[in-house]
Amino acid sequence: MTKNCHNDYKMKFSTDEEYPDLLKHNNHMSKALTREIYDKLRSKSTPSGFTLDDCIQTGVDNPGHPFIMTVGCVAGDEESYEVFKGLFDPVISDRHGGYKPTDKHKTDLNFENLKGGDDLDPNYVLSSRVRTGRSIKGFTLPPHNSRGERRGIERLSIEALNSLEGEFKGKYYPLKDMTEKEQEQLIADHFLFDKPISPLLLAAGMARDWPDARGIWHNDNKTFLVWVNEEDHLRVISMQKGGNMKEVFRRFCVGLKKIEEIFKKHNHGFMWNEHIGYVLTCPSNLGTGLRGGVHVKLPKLSTHPKFEEILTRLRLQKRGTGGVDTASVGGVFDISNADRLGSSEVEQVQLVVDGVKLMIEMEKKLEKGGSIDDMIPAQK
Amino acid sequence: PEKIRTKEKALLMKMNYSAEQEFPDLSKHNNHMAKVLTLDMYERLRDKETSSGFTLDDVIQTGVDNPGHPFIMTVGCVAGDEETYDVFKELLDPVIEDRHGGYKPTDKHKTDLNPENLQGGDDLDPNYVLSSRVRTGRSIHGFCLPPHCSRGERHAAFPSEGLSVLDGDLKGKYYALKNMTEEEQQQLIDDHFLFDKPVSPLLLASGMARDWPDARGIWHNDNKTFLVWVNEEDHLRVISMQKGGNMREVFTRFCTGLTKIEALFKEKGHEFMWNEHLGYVLTCPSNLGTGLRAGVHVKLPNLSKHDKFGEVLKRLRLQKRGTGGVDTAAVGGVFDISNADRLGFSEVELVQMVVDGVNLLIEMEKQLENGESIDDLIPDQK
Repeated sequence: MTKNCHNDYKMKFSTDEEYPDLLKHNNHMSKALTREIYDKLRSKSTPSGFTLDDCIQTGVDNPGHPFIMTVGCVAGDEESYEVFKGLFDPVISDRHGGYKPTDKHKTDLNFENLKGGDDLDPNYVLSSRVRTGRSIKGFTLPPHNSRGERRGIERLSIEALNSLEGEFKGKYYPLKDMTEKEQEQLIADHFLFDKPISPLLLAAGMARDWPDARGIWHNDNKTFLVWVNEEDHLRVISMQKGGNMKEVFRRFCVGLKKIEEIFKKHNHGFMWNEHIGYVLTCPSNLGTGLRGGVHVKLPKLSTHPKFEEILTRLRLQKRGTGGVDTASVGGVFDISNADRLGSSEVEQVQLVVDGVKLMIEMEKKLEKGGSIDDMIPAQK
Repeated sequence: PEKIRTKEKALLMKMNYSAEQEFPDLSKHNNHMAKVLTLDMYERLRDKETSSGFTLDDVIQTGVDNPGHPFIMTVGCVAGDEETYDVFKELLDPVIEDRHGGYKPTDKHKTDLNPENLQGGDDLDPNYVLSSRVRTGRSIHGFCLPPHCSRGERHAAFPSEGLSVLDGDLKGKYYALKNMTEEEQQQLIDDHFLFDKPVSPLLLASGMARDWPDARGIWHNDNKTFLVWVNEEDHLRVISMQKGGNMREVFTRFCTGLTKIEALFKEKGHEFMWNEHLGYVLTCPSNLGTGLRAGVHVKLPNLSKHDKFGEVLKRLRLQKRGTGGVDTAAVGGVFDISNADRLGFSEVELVQMVVDGVNLLIEMEKQLENGESIDDLIPDQK
């Protein structure tokens, strides 16, 4: 009979004594976690020993964030989403626009289904990028995994990536053994990721044993990049300068498929199910885990009073060009899809392509001193 | 094939991997844990846990995540409960021995909190000694320690109404970090009493900041000379302090206050964690024994530049820090000078070393001010 000693030990205290104080909190977890739910779930743990307190620690330790509504809970393994359904279902519903426990998610990584997207105006669009995450079945996730597991993931990843050829031929750089020269080059290319400093990630235990088994792989062309063992097992990124999102997405889909085949051969396919799609560490990344976006110059549109409304209707979000925690600089914005779950990869990239095209038209109109009132789109 | 003793889920999962696959990479590390933990030791200990579920990986996580520190040799491991020091003896005994000057697993530690046994100490020269302070930590028996304790435990271990019965010189008030008014917060900052959520990666990596600021608080007496921190790095940190050089008075208040607090806890059926081998049991192995750091802020601009300064401190069994605490450097020739030892000496003995040692350092400073040599004042190794 397997057990979780620490969790059993805590059961000596009542729910009232153990329930976290969430009065000053404002994240998805704190909105969803009632005393009743805590009471029901606190005695449980997944087969690998992940508990409710493990799921919510990051949300208890980080009451809120100035720019974004944080999720406040993470999964420690694939089973977390099942064992702690009572918490994750309402969080997922709140975060993913009312997504129901009975809903099915559609995966479409067939790049041929994307319409257009090869000609976003390069006078405005500086770069295009698509990223997603993947979790490897049979391993627990970054908040919970052991050094042995992380190294196993790294080993499999290196094998899969080193077998790639043609436009995908590349090299793996383990964080631990990087030379100074390699490090400088990766920084110059904006490829290097560092030990997380965000308290959101640190509180979830994702930085343990840093930099062991963490690394970066990229192709020789520097247009396809894989991060190993950062916030997810794998983060896969396709990118290039300019506005050819179609090409970026094609490379993304083709590369992902090739990598997946190799993992499947070792009986370690990607975590996926028909309800929540690709299973990732943070509930906000479920479904496609996809963020497709551009760095685009919108100095006039971004100061228009209807800018936010337009983005909402186009199902897009804005960020600064430094990423999720930054503000924009010089009128250049990172514009990407807001949704992750409940629509497919093709659908989400289509929203970006069509939406950015429209916003560039609006920017041009405003440059000429015209009004954009007749261009405001309906809610998608 | 390794014999699997555990039925613990998380440990079983890790047993799917060999000890080699799980053993941390310590090749760039320099802390007490990294010096001691071998692959063989890791293999023997990795499937053990205490009754509350604290494991070897829990013990060492902070040392794996923090390879070293620029100013000090860090310990690199912590205890999650009283039992940790027993279940993981094989690791912690050599760490303790290395950290505490050869203290052996069979050694006994002496506790002496009788201030009358201190000789002198009431007249350290106030032209040099700016302030005097004695601190220690205490853990409440029956509860897990800060790296591991739950929210329920943090509240149960310290009933905040408890200290309100203290009277006389010790009469005071408890300020919960969670409910402080802005005014109270500002006053505590001005008094240098307020402690904040830890930022040190050493502490964060061991899980001590979880659920902040829940059940954390500061109690101090009206006179502002006796201070208790609740649920920071230890269950309790007890501090006696005042301006000037009357270390005797500081230590007397320290002992009196501690004794009264201990009695209060005993009334509620709680004792302090203590045993005759390790003395007072605290979270960090470096604080075992007395957990006591007695020190002064003292002006030694000439002596501190003398090339024998480091050697003199060593022989006096003292250590220097900046006036901002353990992670800081000195400013303006003012140093924090305190006892280097914690375990294997009693409280009285350690404070005596500080009193006698600082008296000597001041003499040396005066001598150097007069342009004279201090060669004949250099002490023997204590």
